[in-house]
Amino acid sequence: MSSNIETINIIKEISGVNPLRCMKCGKCTASCMAYDEMDIKPHQFVSYIERGDLESLMLSESLYKCLGCFACVERCPRNVQPGKLIDAVRQTVIRQRGAEGMTTEEIRQLITQEVPQQLLVSAFRRNRR
Amino acid sequence: MKYSYFPGCTLKYKAKELDICARESAKALGCELEEIEEWQCCGGVYTMQKDELATKLASVRALMEAAQKGQALVTVCSACHHVLKRVNLMMREGGPECDRINNYMNNEIPYRGEAKVIHYLEFLRDEVGFDKIKEAVEKAQTARKAKDQEDPADGTAQKVKTEPVKDVKTAPYYGCLLLRPSAQMAFDDPENPSIMEDFIEAIGGKPVYYPYRNECCGAYTSIKNKDHALRLSWEIKDSAAGFGAEKIITACPLCMYNLKQEKEIEIPVIYFTRILADALGLEI
Ligand code: SF4
Ligand code: SF4
Repeated sequence: MSSNIETINIIKEISGVNPLRCMKCGKCTASCMAYDEMDIKPHQFVSYIERGDLESLMLSESLYKCLGCFACVERCPRNVQPGKLIDAVRQTVIRQRGAEGMTTEEIRQLITQEVPQQLLVSAFRRNRR
Repeated sequence: MKYSYFPGCTLKYKAKELDICARESAKALGCELEEIEEWQCCGGVYTMQKDELATKLASVRALMEAAQKGQALVTVCSACHHVLKRVNLMMREGGPECDRINNYMNNEIPYRGEAKVIHYLEFLRDEVGFDKIKEAVEKAQTARKAKDQEDPADGTAQKVKTEPVKDVKTAPYYGCLLLRPSAQMAFDDPENPSIMEDFIEAIGGKPVYYPYRNECCGAYTSIKNKDHALRLSWEIKDSAAGFGAEKIITACPLCMYNLKQEKEIEIPVIYFTRILADALGLEI
């Protein structure tokens, strides 16, 4: 648990998110185009961090469902910006366990003629170290 | 006038059209885009974590070159623009991260975000001017008409391409990366942008206003989560079609890919630099 608290502090630090500012209005989740794909929704990410449940977040599928669209970052009326939190947890998983979202081989298998380079570099950056 | 230019990896391969039309149009408008020497991929995604430094170095190198030349750095791809602009801001803010990068890069004169990063649309609006573009487009149209009349009327002459832009109901698709987060991107009103609409008007088209123009197309998740990206792209196209769009324009190769993967709604998706080149009468 103590290492958990440490990691949570690092996540808060590198993301710049202060979960205590959240007023639970749900606007982030309402703005999120991927919310229905997520097991833990953007506004819940904030609460999970607040109460120290990092394990659930680190196993969450939401880490790889987040589109990185910044809608929640833009629209959060309290400047909590949960997208930054999701991204920081995802980065923490990648740093601790290496590739988690997708393997190089998996990405390679999905390449077709039309797939633009931009998609590949973005997918690699989001899913791998 | 000369500008530094960062094309990015996709514009060199899958989105060559976006690149060539941008360069040639700039030339036609009296400006030169000078490619950054040995630029490297921006990474496609801005790493938001404060302590992520290595992933930002390639951008810093490009920014430094532009700053040294005293030129504004122009980008066309939404993702490159997003990454370069934010890395530059991070360097401008200073702080320990900026120092660490400068130390690591062994910069004699530390880089502090002196470069000016502008998107090609901003280049058109603020550097060239939409009024000047309008003039150039009208001139091209007159020339086109004159050529039409010169051609023998017996139908033997090659028909001049019909004006593909004028009065066409064109839906601008902004997506995410140009607009958000607006505190950093400072590109336009994030919820009610107008630069693309103004651009369409300047080249003689009819902008279509529709609600989904700044929602996400699914971005990179389309590689694994294809059905979801298709659904999002469908919603965007459906929204544009519902307001009478005949064409959708975008600045982003990934938006282009996702919107094109959606095949239920038949509405052409094209790069904004393509309609600019067309309106300027450039044969590309
Ligand atoms: S929009 Fe901001 S304040 Fe509202 S629930 Fe989400 S994180 Fe909390
Ligand atoms: S950045 Fe992620 S969590 Fe935030 S609105 Fe976009 S998809 Fe949803």
